[in-house]
Amino acid sequence: MEIRKELKILGWMIVLFLAAFFLPVESTRFNTAVAATFDLVKWYAREHVILCLLPAFFIAGVISVFVSQAAVIKYFGAQAKKWVAYSVAAVSGTILAVCSCTILPLFTSIHRRGAGLGPAIAFLYSGPAINILAIILTARILGFEMGLARTIGAVAFSVIIGIAMSLIYHKEEKAKREEQMNIMVPPEKRPMWQTAFHFFTLVLILVFANWGRPASGDSQSLWYLLWANKWYITSVFAVMLAFSLIFILRINWLHVLGAVLVVALSAFVSSSPLIPMVAGVATLSLITLLDKNDEENRQWTLSTWDFAKQILPLLALGVIIAGFLLGSSHDNTKLAGIIPNEWISSLVGGNSLFSNLFASIVGAFMYFATLTEVPIIQGLLASGMGKGPALALLLAGPSLSLPNMLVIRGVIGTQKTIVYVTLVVVMATISGLIYGSL
Amino acid sequence: MVEIKIIGNNCPYCIKLEKLCREVVAENQIEATIEKITDLNEFGKYGVMLTPGLVVNGRLLTQGKLPLKHTLVHWLTNPQNPSK
Repeated sequence: MEIRKELKILGWMIVLFLAAFFLPVESTRFNTAVAATFDLVKWYAREHVILCLLPAFFIAGVISVFVSQAAVIKYFGAQAKKWVAYSVAAVSGTILAVCSCTILPLFTSIHRRGAGLGPAIAFLYSGPAINILAIILTARILGFEMGLARTIGAVAFSVIIGIAMSLIYHKEEKAKREEQMNIMVPPEKRPMWQTAFHFFTLVLILVFANWGRPASGDSQSLWYLLWANKWYITSVFAVMLAFSLIFILRINWLHVLGAVLVVALSAFVSSSPLIPMVAGVATLSLITLLDKNDEENRQWTLSTWDFAKQILPLLALGVIIAGFLLGSSHDNTKLAGIIPNEWISSLVGGNSLFSNLFASIVGAFMYFATLTEVPIIQGLLASGMGKGPALALLLAGPSLSLPNMLVIRGVIGTQKTIVYVTLVVVMATISGLIYGSL
Repeated sequence: MVEIKIIGNNCPYCIKLEKLCREVVAENQIEATIEKITDLNEFGKYGVMLTPGLVVNGRLLTQGKLPLKHTLVHWLTNPQNPSK
């Protein structure tokens, strides 16, 4: 018997016992927070998983399997024109950063052997902030306006911060240039427009399936018309997806037809749009997995599955923690969390310089697992956070964290890391101030 | 003797690529050394920008993607002429 191991078990028992012994079940505050946790978890499960997250994972899968990422990285070579390198660095996060683990290696290579410090920093900053899953979820839960502000802010500031860094260190940049990188680009398997067609069909299905309800009383605008007909529009894109599966991915047309029939049938039988969406996801997975023509089709669904496995548990945990600490508020429900609202509104309420600066600094040091920033900010907004500080947190948060600062430091040194972090914090604060006063 | 280097830190596909290489090597009884390069600062030396990268006998064969198994079998059994 190992004493150490047994003591560890005993330790855990004591901790759990004390937690149970002092469980504050009499406290209303605690009980409301527990209720809020369940409520928020249920709301996410009902509103966001099937229509939003599942298709989003398939989109991320398309990016990682069908889109040639090597074709993008050639713009990061040492020979690339500066403005090209900056613009590509600022937006390519959407297709390169589907997994945050690709960002640091790519950053290192761009810095060491590619286009240099400026574009490398631009990519490092914008990559995590504009990854496609993050944009989709931000726009869906925090509102279209916030999604747009996040995307524009990330792209604009990545370029500004990149240029600022390269100006500060331009002497050093001139000194290197000896080692250059030769980047091999594998030939494209199919024309670009075909991949793009397949990709945008999926994106449009996602967009229309999640088209938001217009403000009450609005029954004339284009927005309302699109909303009223959203399931017809989604169906049209679903048919386009079927064509794409047959003619672009070259999946056996009998299989696709079978899948279409199953989905159509489920749509006629059930009144809820969730059933045909689930049927669609299930049959799509099945026909791609059974496909014999092209191994890549199978890989598409497998990598979609990888994303789901990586992201769903963390997101679920994020929702649980956000619900408990910050409460649940959506539609007409409003349940408080364990943290009093006054604390939050006194720290990050309104749109003061302090609120924005505080949100930026906390965001810069705290680690957010992929996408968890969204439920956390949703909770903070409901507990009294101003929209300026929320944007500041979104802009400083996902790109920076203490662990990733340490890795960056290993690549570019302490001094440059401090300058970079300071620039991000200052920029995020300023953009929060501007957005909050709009 | 085939010298295989897998370039990547701990991204999920890097771990998978290593596993897949070991699998292929074992199944086809290839005489090989498998080395994993995890230091970010070394990646550039091999020309790797996107992880995972696969270097066989000093040649970078793929990066940023998990190769299909039959492609990998082909590469590792014909290390002299890996082009498909």
